[in-house]
Amino acid sequence: MTAAKIRVVLPPHLRALARVGSELQLEVTGPITMRSVVDALESSYPMLRGTIRDHVSQERRPFLRFFACSEDLSHESPDAPLPDAVASGSEPLLIVGAIAGG
Amino acid sequence: MSSVRVLVGTRKGAFLLTSDGKRQNWKIDGPHFAGWEMYHLKGSPADPKRLYASQTSGWFGQIIQRSDDGGKTWFQPGTPPGQTTTPDGMPKGESNKFVYDASAETGKPLTTHQWYDGTQHPWEFKRVWHLEPSLNDPDTVYAGVEDAALFRSTDGGKSWHELSGLRGHGTGPRWQPGAGGMCLHTIILDPKNPNRVFIAISAAGAFRTDDGGKTWRPINRGLRSQYIPDPNAEVGHCVHHVAMNPSRPGVLFMQKHWDVMRSDDAGDSWHEVSGNLPTDFGFVIDVHAHEPETIYVVPIKSDGEHFVPDGKLRVYRSRTGGNEWEALTNGLPQSNCYVNVLRDAMAVDSLHSCGIYFGTTGGQVYASADAGNTWNPIVHDLPAVLSVEVQTLP
Repeated sequence: MTAAKIRVVLPPHLRALARVGSELQLEVTGPITMRSVVDALESSYPMLRGTIRDHVSQERRPFLRFFACSEDLSHESPDAPLPDAVASGSEPLLIVGAIAGG
Repeated sequence: MSSVRVLVGTRKGAFLLTSDGKRQNWKIDGPHFAGWEMYHLKGSPADPKRLYASQTSGWFGQIIQRSDDGGKTWFQPGTPPGQTTTPDGMPKGESNKFVYDASAETGKPLTTHQWYDGTQHPWEFKRVWHLEPSLNDPDTVYAGVEDAALFRSTDGGKSWHELSGLRGHGTGPRWQPGAGGMCLHTIILDPKNPNRVFIAISAAGAFRTDDGGKTWRPINRGLRSQYIPDPNAEVGHCVHHVAMNPSRPGVLFMQKHWDVMRSDDAGDSWHEVSGNLPTDFGFVIDVHAHEPETIYVVPIKSDGEHFVPDGKLRVYRSRTGGNEWEALTNGLPQSNCYVNVLRDAMAVDSLHSCGIYFGTTGGQVYASADAGNTWNPIVHDLPAVLSVEVQTLP
């Protein structure tokens, strides 16, 4: 199975922690879902574990939001397919700190 | 010549302030971890280049940072950049993981604690308030966390394990959060008895273990608090900070929510030593490095007005172990000052003329190189200061 190239934009605090720029690219195999993308993100940047979703419950931290294609995906199932534009790499997945972000 | 390194945690980053032993000219280094709340930084007494830092955020959670070169460079323990696992195969990112131990083998069931309105509330990890490195092993470090519990790492911060006997003491449902949350903020290691540790929690009180952390007992006899139904209760007291001079580990000084207290029997009993203080509300308390009867507090007006009284920033010193206090004002603002000094924001160095340091919510860090007689600001305009520690370096 060919890996999809997924674009992800992190909030500034997490960019600093992961030592990456404003946008990064991940290779994700299988269904393109929030879970598979965050799994790939944490695998490549393990210093981010616990910062986006809880270490144990794997639930999204309450002050983080997930946006893509001008839609709020924060409350979608983590196993729901992400929009085709994200899966094809034409649009990034935005991980955003709620309002001010700290 | 000796030198000092002051470790300052603020609401928006960490700063390292260094000077030679004269403590007159300072180099300011920072911000490190800009934008993050840096609750506490502390160096290992066994290896002064080894620093630990608690980096935290209501948005992004808890991060533990470590430096092995005195704060020049930092990394997450077990997570050097560019590696996917540690050499021993441990998944990276474990250093950020604080999970209460509810296992059948070593843990205690996860219970509830009292919420502000008196109802019961689930125990939830929020952040690390205080890091206390071991006195003799740079890789061993304790973490006091919110919701209150004590964790320990024995691998340099790569992984953390709860000493669950404290949370499982049985009085947990009567513990409640103070204004800052239900935090374990004070950890004191007894230099003469490796099995004895003192801790304090807002608002539960002080506890002591004499068996290396397996079992704990509350040490709050003599404390009196009007904000709990039984003012003399075994637990429920909002202890703000406890301090000890290492040469006399049986003598403890406490700044409670209200009241400055003293114990001469390792916490078995306490008596009030507020004496002539203008107000006995406050957060910090510390002990002179060489004079164990000389103690320092910064009185704060009240629990509803978290600033110094009369617009004057005054450190109060007692040379008699309490009760008789003198105001130290030389070099401190004496008009229109309305800052607070938070519980972990005072420290003493161990140079011959003891240095005293404290930071304010207004972003000033003050130093006195003569045990409090005169003060100078090291820096004026940092973000609100959460914690101040100092290392005395050879």
